[in-house]
Amino acid sequence: MKKSLFYSPIDYARNKYLKYITIIFLITLYLPILNLIIFSFNDSKRNILWRGFTTKYYNKVFENDVLFSAFLNSLTIATISTIISTILGLTTAITLWKFNFYLKKYYDIALLFPIIIPEICMGISMLVFFNFIHWPNFEIWPLTLSNIIIAHVSFTFPFIAIIIRSRLTILNNDTLEAGLDLGANNIQIIRLIILPFVKPAITASFLLAFTLSLDDFVITFFTSGPNSITLPVKIYSMVRFGITPEINAVSTLLILILIFCTFFLIRYLSKNNKEV
Amino acid sequence: MSDKKFCIELKNLTKRFENTLAVDDVSFNVEENEFFTILGPSGCGKSTILRLIAGLEVQDQGEIIINGIDCSKMPANERPVNMVFQSYALFPHLNIKDNIEFGLKIKKIDEIEIKKRVDEILDLIKMRSYINKYPSELSGGQRQRVALARAIVNKPKIVLLDEPLSALDANLRIDMQRELVNIQRNLEMTFMLVTHDQDEALSISSKIAIMENGKVIEANTATNMYEYPSKKFSAEFLGRINIIDGYISNNDNQKIFKSEIFGDINLQNDIDIPQDAVLGIRPEKIIIERSSKNLENRIKTKGTVIDWTYYGDMSYITIELNNKKKIYIHVQNIHRNTLQELKIGKTLRASFDINDLIILEK
Amino acid sequence: MSYGEKIDIIDIDYTWSLKNYIRAFDGVYIVTIFKSIMISAITTIVCLLIAIPVAFYISFSSIRMKSILLVSIMLPLWTNLLIRTYSLIAIIRTKGHINSSLEYLWESTNNLLNFFNLANYEIMGESFIPLNLMHNNYSIILGLFYIYVPFMIIPIYLVLEKFDRNLLEASYDLGANHIKTFFKVIIPNISPGITSGIILVFIPCLGSFIIPDLLGGADSQMIGNIIERQFKSANDWPFGSALSFILIYITLVIISVRHVYSKLYSKLHLRGNL
Repeated sequence: MKKSLFYSPIDYARNKYLKYITIIFLITLYLPILNLIIFSFNDSKRNILWRGFTTKYYNKVFENDVLFSAFLNSLTIATISTIISTILGLTTAITLWKFNFYLKKYYDIALLFPIIIPEICMGISMLVFFNFIHWPNFEIWPLTLSNIIIAHVSFTFPFIAIIIRSRLTILNNDTLEAGLDLGANNIQIIRLIILPFVKPAITASFLLAFTLSLDDFVITFFTSGPNSITLPVKIYSMVRFGITPEINAVSTLLILILIFCTFFLIRYLSKNNKEV
Repeated sequence: MSDKKFCIELKNLTKRFENTLAVDDVSFNVEENEFFTILGPSGCGKSTILRLIAGLEVQDQGEIIINGIDCSKMPANERPVNMVFQSYALFPHLNIKDNIEFGLKIKKIDEIEIKKRVDEILDLIKMRSYINKYPSELSGGQRQRVALARAIVNKPKIVLLDEPLSALDANLRIDMQRELVNIQRNLEMTFMLVTHDQDEALSISSKIAIMENGKVIEANTATNMYEYPSKKFSAEFLGRINIIDGYISNNDNQKIFKSEIFGDINLQNDIDIPQDAVLGIRPEKIIIERSSKNLENRIKTKGTVIDWTYYGDMSYITIELNNKKKIYIHVQNIHRNTLQELKIGKTLRASFDINDLIILEK
Repeated sequence: MSYGEKIDIIDIDYTWSLKNYIRAFDGVYIVTIFKSIMISAITTIVCLLIAIPVAFYISFSSIRMKSILLVSIMLPLWTNLLIRTYSLIAIIRTKGHINSSLEYLWESTNNLLNFFNLANYEIMGESFIPLNLMHNNYSIILGLFYIYVPFMIIPIYLVLEKFDRNLLEASYDLGANHIKTFFKVIIPNISPGITSGIILVFIPCLGSFIIPDLLGGADSQMIGNIIERQFKSANDWPFGSALSFILIYITLVIISVRHVYSKLYSKLHLRGNL
């Protein structure tokens, strides 16, 4: 059937000015990133004119031991810190949801603090903290990352706690009482009712915390030492040094990993939304 | 027709949405000071007509003439009409006074005039003590009045009301219906209302247009529409009706409607009647007979009560005739002791006047 | 895990005096603080000017288009801050894409002029002078805008989603045109989203140090850079802490202003179940 040629005056989706602004905006938003990805395959050191397709910079990246160990560090930190902060976030969320205690309101606000304050303040406070308690400088590998892991736990777990808690607020108290009525004890209630209910929130916040940790530069920058360089910190030092196609290649890889995580997160969330 | 001025003339109005024809070649006129109602099932395009008149949608074809001026291409904000929205659409960030003044201030009417008009309207809707309140602090009925006041304060040529009472509960809705009629009469304004509630349409309008699938199938005064509908759809939409199927035969200069349910019915010869017509009789026009004597001009029948719904003042009963056909009868419960007759399983005689039959086009 | 505690202990540990705070308010530093606030404010305004039409367009799009657009706005947020800053450098640096495109244009025009024997007049100037797009305050604003604009679009989009479209219709019906409707109906009703957006952009801008570090020039540093320098090279930790505390105080002031505002707002306009 023929579509109407005339549209309502409030149908702003058809307003051409708004459309052009949005299109130009999206181009500006993506042009640099696309440029970066395309030029990571450029066969030229100068990185400005297209000189043919190559993957040699990717090979260089994979052969670069420093980069590889930085990447390994990043993954280790992200994995360990996310596991710890998920446990911490889950227990915090359940505690804040279920129990009333002295100064609870202030604890709630304190939880928001690491999210609200500028990252740099968070970073230096971590630096000052580790220095103040004289955190030992470990020599053995995973322990060298311990302070970064602690720093990452402390800035990711509030996100997890808040996400899980907002999920918990939907859980009706009647549901728990129904569980009690049907003869479940407290542990069974947590295991059979609460955990399955918050599972989507746990997964979502786990992925979020993982990407936040993998992605973090500012806080890591202040807490990392010479033995504990992560990928973003390494990229920073490379960027300060100059523009090279190698950085493009590393960046492209990192972008792909993050898009991959995001993709799964969105897929998972939309699948779960349909179920509910 | 009379020499009355038309307030709105719609000519061949057509509006298409993505894949539906919402308004299909609609033409009708609304006279001045009329309370005109468009009645129809949901999704029939009745709201779209209102929105086309207001300029909130733009028609694909056709003309909209308001007070003799062609407004077909005029933007919504310049048209001399105002709308009362189904959700009221009161501005939540403005108090009642500012809400009512909104249109006047936009038109840069001078302060004294604004004050005078707002004062009048506040008295009319009896909301003077609420002027500093915000919409969220008002009840549904109060919001409804403010929405109406915000529209009529601009003295539009026509006030458009898009199902304004549908969000109110039953009792309040009846009060508001009366109030709407009173306001319309007092102000001598033209109101155009859209509803899917036939009782509302009958009780408040001076004229009703019935819509189905984007077309206006019939327009008439409220009483004529109920008593003398010409289309089967409009007869059924306006209230319950017993449809008598059959066909017409012309025997010896006498038009006879041969029906399965009541046998042959003699029709008046001078009536022009389409070939595929059916007859209809409203349930309240059928009365229960207590004697078996023959009556002139009345059709008699007999059946068993199979369903009885008691409404206090009325009883709605269904009787099954010997030929397994069912008819509905609405009986007024005049005497307490006659209620026994309506019990399920009892046999009843009923009759109705031939003159109450309605001839309906399919 | 109270962060307040940790930072407090440090203050106690080093000094009870306000010396470092006083130092932050003299000469160079107060200028930098002021400049940081100015740069962040300009960035916020630019973000706002772009975000409103974009959010508007998204919220009026069809459901399918809406999710595509939203994901496109969110996706860069999942890309590393450093990488995005770096990708911007590649575009705007002196030998970046914008300048090389301009140079190409200049050369082709010049060749064209040569062809017509007009080169002697030097209409286009003696030689191509690349635009200095990097290492100034504008490049910082561009960088901050580029990084933080999604944080402005999303909250505005979210309130626009809840915004009752009938209000727009009512406004036009009552005689207001698009511009009047925008200022009298839309802006007052989406202001909670705008304030959220302002906070979400302004605070991180104020505390940023990578973007001014990589995109800014020698004289265009922000508080973040000074704080970083105190810890990484100058080794004046107490002063760095004092500066970062000033940053936290500014943040807290903004958040409490917003809190008071939102309380007032909900008290005034959104009482009840609307």
